[in-house]
Amino acid sequence: MDVLQTLINGIALGSVYALVAVGLALIFGVMRLINFAHGELITAGGYTLALASAFPTVAAIALAVVVCVALAWLMERVAFRRLRNAAPATTLVATFAVAFTLQAVWLIAFGPQGESADVLSSLNRTAISGELSLRWITIAMLVTGAILLGGTVLLLNRTTIGLQMRAAAADFRAARLLGVKADMVISVAFVIAGVMAAAVAVLLTVQRPLVTPTFGLEVVILGLVGVVVGGMDRLGSATCGGFAIGFAIAVLGDVLPSDERVFLPSAVFLLVIIVLVLRPGGLFAPRRPATVERV
Amino acid sequence: MTAGRLGLRQLAPPLLLLVAVGLYGDTTSAGTRDDFTSALIMATIVIALYVFVGNSGVISFGHISFVAIGAFAAGVMTIPSAVKPTVMPDLFPFLADNSIGSFESLLLAAAMGAIVAFLVGLALMRLSGLAAGIATFAVLEITHNVLRFWTKIGPGAQTLSLVPEDIEPIQAMLGALFAAVVAFAFARSRSGRLLRASREDPAAAQAAGIDIHRKRLIAFTISGALAGLAGGLLVHQIGSITTEQVYLRLTFITLAMLVVGGMRSLWGAVVGALVVSFLDIVLVDAEGGLGVGPATIDLPAGSSLVILGAVMAAMLILRPSGITGGNEATLRIPRALLRRRDRAESGADTAAKAGPASKP
Repeated sequence: MDVLQTLINGIALGSVYALVAVGLALIFGVMRLINFAHGELITAGGYTLALASAFPTVAAIALAVVVCVALAWLMERVAFRRLRNAAPATTLVATFAVAFTLQAVWLIAFGPQGESADVLSSLNRTAISGELSLRWITIAMLVTGAILLGGTVLLLNRTTIGLQMRAAAADFRAARLLGVKADMVISVAFVIAGVMAAAVAVLLTVQRPLVTPTFGLEVVILGLVGVVVGGMDRLGSATCGGFAIGFAIAVLGDVLPSDERVFLPSAVFLLVIIVLVLRPGGLFAPRRPATVERV
Repeated sequence: MTAGRLGLRQLAPPLLLLVAVGLYGDTTSAGTRDDFTSALIMATIVIALYVFVGNSGVISFGHISFVAIGAFAAGVMTIPSAVKPTVMPDLFPFLADNSIGSFESLLLAAAMGAIVAFLVGLALMRLSGLAAGIATFAVLEITHNVLRFWTKIGPGAQTLSLVPEDIEPIQAMLGALFAAVVAFAFARSRSGRLLRASREDPAAAQAAGIDIHRKRLIAFTISGALAGLAGGLLVHQIGSITTEQVYLRLTFITLAMLVVGGMRSLWGAVVGALVVSFLDIVLVDAEGGLGVGPATIDLPAGSSLVILGAVMAAMLILRPSGITGGNEATLRIPRALLRRRDRAESGADTAAKAGPASKP
């Protein structure tokens, strides 16, 4: 039973990180931009939930989605749109700068202590007790993850804008030549990323209700690690990578003896290094014959 | 003009700027001296970063690990042995029983940085692009985690204090100058040139017989040594250190300095580090009220970070390749002076100098 319990916890945390990964990988796909500021969307969602905790639950969640989407759209409009043709290092550092600025804004607005967002704390109750104990939040994570990931797959495969996004991810210039509107596709990618960030904020605040200025940063760093480990070039492999990092954290946390648990990050990141050295293109990326590396 | 003389004229601007900052900083009042010292130490870290990132074109998030290792190595070894057991009871005996002087500790910091960078690089230098970025980031996380919880090698999560504070603007300036000279010598060496060739076109470089892995490893090791040295300077400036001071924030800010300055040149590294450092200092001062001529600027508390971040983002949007555009500055010597010197030298030498200037 212990093994099953560990696996379920792993899958639940994995699905949250898979949502983070989708948000990062969609934007990377269409813009080749590694969006460190994605974490700030999650933080913004968390603070919205904290401020709206007096509202009905549904309204609070809806508000969080609106705030995240608006901020995502704004980020693209104000900062990232101008950097479309810049070198990768420049865009990466520009997203740092945006994240850094927003963290400073959170610090001024809400202080370092953090705000409590216990909108859905009722989900912490036990759903199934006995040998295998399950809390509602675990189920909520699994269901939300499945719905949003399924929705994204449908959107990408069954709609025109989805087709355009896939085309843009494959070859941005060729897609533009064929009439795909670049601004439109990129805006949609940011809107979806905003929705994903809001979902992650809702799910994470149930377990960790205290929203601090660096709430989203830790999440996005691990999500980004997962995306690269999985294989950033394809949405599927990136999502699997995000899932894998969440799964690995939850499982290693359960497996390591308690006095060694402080070294959990070392164990996770050692694993990351080993995977990257063995499979630099990504764990879930298709094996290709040796090609020229593109930096 | 010969390549050698062009080299010296390109090395001069960053050195002169560092000397100016160091000498001016030394004359200022106590609080401001610290700001100048920090700016020069930041410049040393960014120069270290430039040696690898600028020449290889591979992003590294891991360099602050070498700064951290240098800082803790230098800090732990310079605390008097008598007080070590009370501050760090779990320390390995050979660390607890021995202490060294501050200068030796800087050499130790550089050596530790080089050794760790070499060992890490053996495995990681095969990677490029994002995979390399994330793998080096993993090194940072592991270093931070181990330093924070392994109390046999250091203070763990406690603050390491009582470290001798003997780095002032002049010493920090000497450190930064040393780093700049090493960085410039590497960039102009055969290894440095081959590495930059591989940055521009890895496939062509490999086809031309360049062992990219090895060249990157050399750059990574040198850059690790300089980062370790900067860590040693840092701990001896502030007299104490925690693992949080040499972690994410420092990683982001130093990378931002490098890119804002222009990551492909030493000049860019120095300018970026100094501009961002001084911007930060001025903004923090303005939070407490800063007189500019007749007016007083008084920023609300905490807003300096917002402005710093926004300014960095704006600089990147307006100048994506950095303030310097990634070019070295060349010291212009007035023509009249040159001509007089040429006349004095032999004819053959003059003929060589009259040829087209070779740009590296």
